[in-house]
Amino acid sequence: MKELKIQPIRNGTVIDHITAGQAVKVLHILGIPGSTSSSIVSVAMNVRSRIGRKDIVKVENRELDRHEVDKIALIAPKATINIIRNYEVVEKHRVELPDEIVGIVRCSNPTCISNSPQEPVKSKFLVISKDPPRIKCYYCEREPEDIAERII
Amino acid sequence: MDFRNRDVVSIKDFSKSEMDYILRYAKKMIPYARGERHADVMHGKILASLFFEPSTRTRLSFECAMNRLGGRVIGFADPGATSQRKGESLADTIRMADAYSDIIVIRHPQEGSARLAAEFAASPILNAGDGAGRHPTQCLLDMFTIVMEKKRIKGNRIVLLGDLKYGRTVHSLAYALSLFGAELVFVSPESLRMPKEVIEECREFGVDPVSTSNLERAIRDADVLYVTRIQKERFPDAAEYNRVVGTYRIDADLLRHAREDLIIMHPLPRVTEIDPEVDKTPHAVYFKQAFNGVPVRMALLSLIAGGRKI
Ligand SMILES: [Zn+2]
Repeated sequence: MKELKIQPIRNGTVIDHITAGQAVKVLHILGIPGSTSSSIVSVAMNVRSRIGRKDIVKVENRELDRHEVDKIALIAPKATINIIRNYEVVEKHRVELPDEIVGIVRCSNPTCISNSPQEPVKSKFLVISKDPPRIKCYYCEREPEDIAERII
Repeated sequence: MDFRNRDVVSIKDFSKSEMDYILRYAKKMIPYARGERHADVMHGKILASLFFEPSTRTRLSFECAMNRLGGRVIGFADPGATSQRKGESLADTIRMADAYSDIIVIRHPQEGSARLAAEFAASPILNAGDGAGRHPTQCLLDMFTIVMEKKRIKGNRIVLLGDLKYGRTVHSLAYALSLFGAELVFVSPESLRMPKEVIEECREFGVDPVSTSNLERAIRDADVLYVTRIQKERFPDAAEYNRVVGTYRIDADLLRHAREDLIIMHPLPRVTEIDPEVDKTPHAVYFKQAFNGVPVRMALLSLIAGGRKI
């Protein structure tokens, strides 16, 4: 059974240990599948593992850039990134939040200037703690309480 | 210490020694602020004063400071007259003002607006209040007033009174006063207590603030009583505002419990928080405090954009 759910891929990226239920948001943050991408993407949700349930995402024939993927630490701080070449894991690391998050989270403060549609700026947050993830708005300096709910 | 061309968006943009330097420099500005001596360090410079919401005191204080330094002021005070009403972005208004001036002062109802302005202007931006957000020059002039009246901030027992929850300027003040080693007492109605994060921040500087709703008791051993305005527009609903407005009133009766050398501060304008009969007592320093905005802003303007030092 297990083999069916999580088939190995030949080349590409496997994002493992995603907090259960967050796989779709992870794809959204990564912009996968993009309009220009023809990669096969498979998602497994609520997979049983030693440490409880988790989600897994596999992207074939595409090696995701580490810094790009690190953003998902916002909602899946325990996720690991595995780069696969010829069925072998050639690189593996746990995601780590970058110092800045741009254009991914909307500020929860309704009077924040970053929420004004006429301003030519993207939302921007500074990371104040990596695990557990805590961020504050670069503009109004407020901290959103539920980050997952604020993802654009 | 280099202040040239720096933006002043939040009090946290300055280190402790920089704040200290500004306060000492502001003291030198007093005779110039009073017009007893003349300065021309801003000669040939233009300040753009952009007030997207009215604040007469802050605006006049900045404009007075610029004029006293020999500079000129352009700008607007009436939000109805601005092109933002026609849907222009703040970013575009700032780009325009940037082209016309050497330094920009901005007051805007939205939080974070001054930070955004700083991204679009090459000239330095001075935040004169961004909605319920930050107001660093107010914070500096409050600190300056305490230094002028009490010689130093450290060791003074300072009571912050009023809306400690929604008014964020009082959060910045609590931060700055703890940085300088004041003893803090927070007095407010139960529903307007100082937020946990602010108290934690004070503790990082080794200050352990007391929170209470008993003003009569807190005032007994206070050196400074800082009264804030309970601002209706900061409240999420009118019912909550009506419950708390008028909870505290500073009058002669209350001051019977105070020490002789207690000073009372208020950022003004006041509504009913302080009885006018308090004005003639030696406790009242809020009019001096308002004047202090001028030397403090003169100090900042000349450090940031002045041609040379006084
Ligand atoms: Zn914000």
